[in-house]
Amino acid sequence: MALEKQEWLALEKKAYELRKLCLQTVVWAGSGHFGGGMSVMDLLTVMYHKYLNIKVDEPQWEDRDRFILSKGHAAIAYAPVLCDKGFNSIEMLKTFNLSGSKMGMHLDSNKVVGVDASTGSLGHGPSIAAGTALAARILGKDYLTYVCTGDGELGEGSNWEGFMTMNHYELSNCIVFVDRNHCMIDGPTEQVMKLEPLADKFTAFGFNTLVVDGNNINELCGAIDEAVERSKVKQNPTCIIMDTKKAAGIKSMEGNYLSHYGAFDDETYAKYLEEIEEDYKERCARCEKEGK
Amino acid sequence: MAGGFVYNAVDQTSLSTAEIYGKALADIIVRDPKVVAITADLAKSTKLGDVLKVCPERVINVGIAEQDMFGVAAGMAKAGIIPFISGFSAFTSMRACDQLHTDICYQNVNAKIIATHSGTSFGQAGSTHHAITDLAIVRAMPNMTLIVPADGYETANAVNAAYDNFGPYYIRINRGFDRVLYENMDYGFEVGKAVTIKEGTDITVIACGSCVFQAKQAAEFLENSDGLKVRVLNMHTIKPIDREAIMKAVSETRRIITVEDHSVIGGLGSAVAEVVVDGGKACAFKMLGHPDRFAPIGLHEDIMAEVGIDANGIINAVREVMKKDFEEDDNWDDEF
Repeated sequence: MALEKQEWLALEKKAYELRKLCLQTVVWAGSGHFGGGMSVMDLLTVMYHKYLNIKVDEPQWEDRDRFILSKGHAAIAYAPVLCDKGFNSIEMLKTFNLSGSKMGMHLDSNKVVGVDASTGSLGHGPSIAAGTALAARILGKDYLTYVCTGDGELGEGSNWEGFMTMNHYELSNCIVFVDRNHCMIDGPTEQVMKLEPLADKFTAFGFNTLVVDGNNINELCGAIDEAVERSKVKQNPTCIIMDTKKAAGIKSMEGNYLSHYGAFDDETYAKYLEEIEEDYKERCARCEKEGK
Repeated sequence: MAGGFVYNAVDQTSLSTAEIYGKALADIIVRDPKVVAITADLAKSTKLGDVLKVCPERVINVGIAEQDMFGVAAGMAKAGIIPFISGFSAFTSMRACDQLHTDICYQNVNAKIIATHSGTSFGQAGSTHHAITDLAIVRAMPNMTLIVPADGYETANAVNAAYDNFGPYYIRINRGFDRVLYENMDYGFEVGKAVTIKEGTDITVIACGSCVFQAKQAAEFLENSDGLKVRVLNMHTIKPIDREAIMKAVSETRRIITVEDHSVIGGLGSAVAEVVVDGGKACAFKMLGHPDRFAPIGLHEDIMAEVGIDANGIINAVREVMKKDFEEDDNWDDEF
């Protein structure tokens, strides 16, 4: 199910604004995990501006959908999304990473409003998500639980324990995303620790597995729509492997594992902003061409 | 044996603390639809049989996956459920240590951990299944309340207290064969407050778990044979620890021995020592527990005897400490 052109354009605009805010946050913070933040920014955008059933004025609403960012280091992208949404102030975002701030490099769910789980230690999100989804069943609630892991993160065996639980208890109300940006700190994933055939792994673990371009909002939404539709019946869960680019949107850094963490000077910042603008224009052109 | 104490395998089967835990949880789970039992393929071993009988739909088995068990519990707790996790303490404290630290304690969720087979109570299983570092590990985690019940009645009290109070609780019980210390549950159990098992003015033995019964036996023996007035404190709550009871013991008896089925590094003895040092008043101090090495294999009572944390070991330690002389200090009482 393709997006309506107007909605697609609106989501692209929001993703563009959030990318800029993410870069701005790196500047305020002095440095940040911008590579893995940018790769997952399209997902964060559609989650918080299309899919999640949440209330900004009632963040602990017990029937809300949950989103668990297992790759907690992408907080440099997640915090801007939560602040832009209104859960926290932009003033707070300006303190990201700074001494005494409520916003550290990995977000604390007891300090930052809107965060459903304190992550940062990798491999924890899937089990927490499985528990959250199981709780919905036990309590008779309809909320959905979304969890996003990194790809390098999948080296942590605990993820696979969580995936087994999701499959065993038929937690179709839990939707898994993998940010497959092909990079980890020490290099490309296939050089550091092979992940392929990744889709086959999830299928073998019982998942309905979808592979999409995770930096194509229209494609991504199509997969999420399918997963949401499947959630209405108790059955095996869906995993959406999002084929993405590290530092997506910053053309000169796209796909470069060295963008995992870093700082940049004013000149580079200006250059990156121009590249994001250029990327946005290309995305809009694609939307005009392909959208309906 | 000097203490004349009896601790044999014959009468163990009727003394299971874990079974009492199962009954206590079964009582709670039928009353509260938000309570869930979670286990990692140890429903039988951790005595969840009664819970399974009354409420099988709220017993979640995650298979042999302790990390998953804690993550699932944290997710449930965040959604409003009160999960009771049951597992062997060796695994709840170590295999899932990061999850216990981050998912449970850092997030400060309302999850309860019932850690069975603690200390060397699963002695024959060897060091893979002994838990003699769990108190040190768990005690260091912020937000955690840590209780080591001395028998089945105290286990039931601890489980009820964990249910009644918000926050992470770690209740460390044995394989299930503790001696019965109390006659019933009504002896005034309160989280964070030591129970005086026996009054005394010569020396204080501070014990937890299975060592409390041994301390009581030792104290009774020493009173009859040596004429010593040994105070025995059941320090069931390791954290938050009862500072008042410890400093009172320092002041009134000036000699303290701690006894635990745990390493002497980081457990009850360390927790008591921290209070004493912070209190600024010296006293004779001896820690009984596992020395800095892996425990031998054997029956629980045999290991306790070898390590010296049984009644005999306590008797010997008391006699040794009582031989120590103190310098006169006329101002002693004024300083408190």
